Amino acid sequence: MKKVLVCSLLVLAMSASAFGAAFKVGGTGPLTGGAAIYGTAAMRGAQIAAEEINAMGGDIQFELRYEDDTHDAEKAVNAYNALKDWGMQVSLGSVTSKPAEATAAENFADRIFALTPSASSAAVTEGKDNVFQMCFVDPNQGSASAQYIGEKGFAKKVAVIWKNDDVYSKGIRDTFVEKAPSFGLEIVSETAFADGNDTDFSVQLTDAKEKGAELVFLPMYYQPASLILAQAQAMGYAPKWFGVDGMDGILTMEGFDKSLAEGVMLLTPFNADAKDERTQNFVKKYQEKYGEIPNQFAADGYDCVYAYYQALTQAKATPDMDAETLCQKMIEQFTTMTFNGVTGENVRWAKNGEVSKDPKGMVIKDGAYVGLD
Amino acid sequence: MTFLNFFISGISLGSIYAIIALGYTMVYGIAKMLNFAHGDVIMVGAYVCFYMVVRYELPPFLGVIIAMAVCTMLGIIVERLAYKPLRQAPSLAVLITAIGMSYFLQNTALLLWSSNPKVFPSIIGRGSFKLFDGELSVSHITALTIGVCLVIMAALTLFVGKTKMGKAMRACSEDKGAAQLMGINVNATISLTFAIGSGLAAVAGALLCSAYPTLMPTTGALPGIKAFTAAVFGGIGSIPGAFLGGLMLGVIEIFAKAYISSQLSDAVVFGVLIVVLLVKPAGLLGKMTQEKV
Repeated sequence: MKKVLVCSLLVLAMSASAFGAAFKVGGTGPLTGGAAIYGTAAMRGAQIAAEEINAMGGDIQFELRYEDDTHDAEKAVNAYNALKDWGMQVSLGSVTSKPAEATAAENFADRIFALTPSASSAAVTEGKDNVFQMCFVDPNQGSASAQYIGEKGFAKKVAVIWKNDDVYSKGIRDTFVEKAPSFGLEIVSETAFADGNDTDFSVQLTDAKEKGAELVFLPMYYQPASLILAQAQAMGYAPKWFGVDGMDGILTMEGFDKSLAEGVMLLTPFNADAKDERTQNFVKKYQEKYGEIPNQFAADGYDCVYAYYQALTQAKATPDMDAETLCQKMIEQFTTMTFNGVTGENVRWAKNGEVSKDPKGMVIKDGAYVGLD
Repeated sequence: MTFLNFFISGISLGSIYAIIALGYTMVYGIAKMLNFAHGDVIMVGAYVCFYMVVRYELPPFLGVIIAMAVCTMLGIIVERLAYKPLRQAPSLAVLITAIGMSYFLQNTALLLWSSNPKVFPSIIGRGSFKLFDGELSVSHITALTIGVCLVIMAALTLFVGKTKMGKAMRACSEDKGAAQLMGINVNATISLTFAIGSGLAAVAGALLCSAYPTLMPTTGALPGIKAFTAAVFGGIGSIPGAFLGGLMLGVIEIFAKAYISSQLSDAVVFGVLIVVLLVKPAGLLGKMTQEKV
């Protein structure tokens, strides 16, 4: 199977290089294994962007190559080394946080610029001047959620259910719990789960219900969240629900009863139903090519390639430059430029690589996302 | 009342572990091998059932029957290709092959059905029985799972104890060489064991995904490990032991979450397992047998 994968990747890479000299962009992500949904989505998003840019036929052409890291830090470093041998000039880092922490250290040591689509843990960019993120860093999501809930007056008593073996969930939960009191929220119930006991949530929900939580905050991906919603309904508990960007995708789960998610609120940078031309074009192409609605990971991957396009154009970079020269130019560009993409308008980056863009408050109404503001 | 509600949650979780554990324990009891791919056969069964019910709109009952047929075939093929050539190999080699088979099935599923989670439609709806003016509720699926568990347990016990094939199975389990000398077709008997075990896995898959409705290629892996724990807990090789072990594991897990710490529940579950094995090394209902050398 690995062979098939490598072959298909080579085909993908070759299709982009048909125009001769091109920038070699490499990234690692889980293309197989339990987290494959994130890696394949980011890769496909980036793929579409690269194809669009190459089709424009300008000076900037991309040759894109993704290697599988199966969401494993050690394999990610091997995959990174394979990309380096191939001649990667700028990097898309890794898709998920744990492997990204490992490859980001390599990027820093080798002076190869990295822009990760979706590795959101703070440790990915910490202390590295050449590693940037396209997604929100986890702590920001926690504080933004607390602020949003507090300022909109959705609830006073809040419960948090989080996944304690996941850096993503923990990062958001930590800052949420820390910031909640300053926005007038009282956390009455806090319960956790982990891989292997993530099927039955009766204990967590009973705790939240008995302590009178009016709103339950769910910093997690949508798969466990869908179970929580179903089990809460079965026990007759109907608080307000508030999720984070990982909740995005719940409506596209095949067979999901959308009425369960009615009224669920979430902060997300990407909304596949948005009416602007850029988003609609991307969603249409993605659907034609892969037969499904792109999630936020795909959108992040798409934006990453376009952000590179903009930065490389502005820096007047050429494909014959070496990685180190490009790294310096990219640092200059990314700390000064403003980018508009499908995951946000007026996106800017701080010197430490964190992105600043406005999270959009969404609520699920009649089985579709509707803006809250 | 909260206590009783937690108890019922524990039973419903435990009944799922129990039905998976039955498959583990039955194969172990006869073929003396740990079939770590069992959890993944469950996943395949659930996918087949899902496609039958959702895509082809067959009645759920028929979906389960087709899933059972597919899984039985799959069990026989896996046994023939991966385990049979290793009949004379040390048990460690077979164990590693089983783990490899587990990954193979997971990744094949990933290619065939993609990693996007699917929501499994319950085979009997999501209703529940209300007791004490609605204070307590037992979902239909829990009741069905326990019922199916008991039926399977009784049927397996009868089959192994009373039929000729069952007798052949017991003979193979005790001494393959001697059984062969007595004219028992050892290979066919072990294939039959796998066929039955995999057929049960399809039922377990349909029930698992009806109770906890997300379906992914990794769906079977972790419940599989938990159910294996349950089988060891109850005494691996013992059919009633798997049932008891599964139920107890579920109840302990829920109580540990509720009354000790939701973060430590797995540590508590496995801590209890260690204590039980220290006191009764063969598990709750397992029999100590002297290994012949």
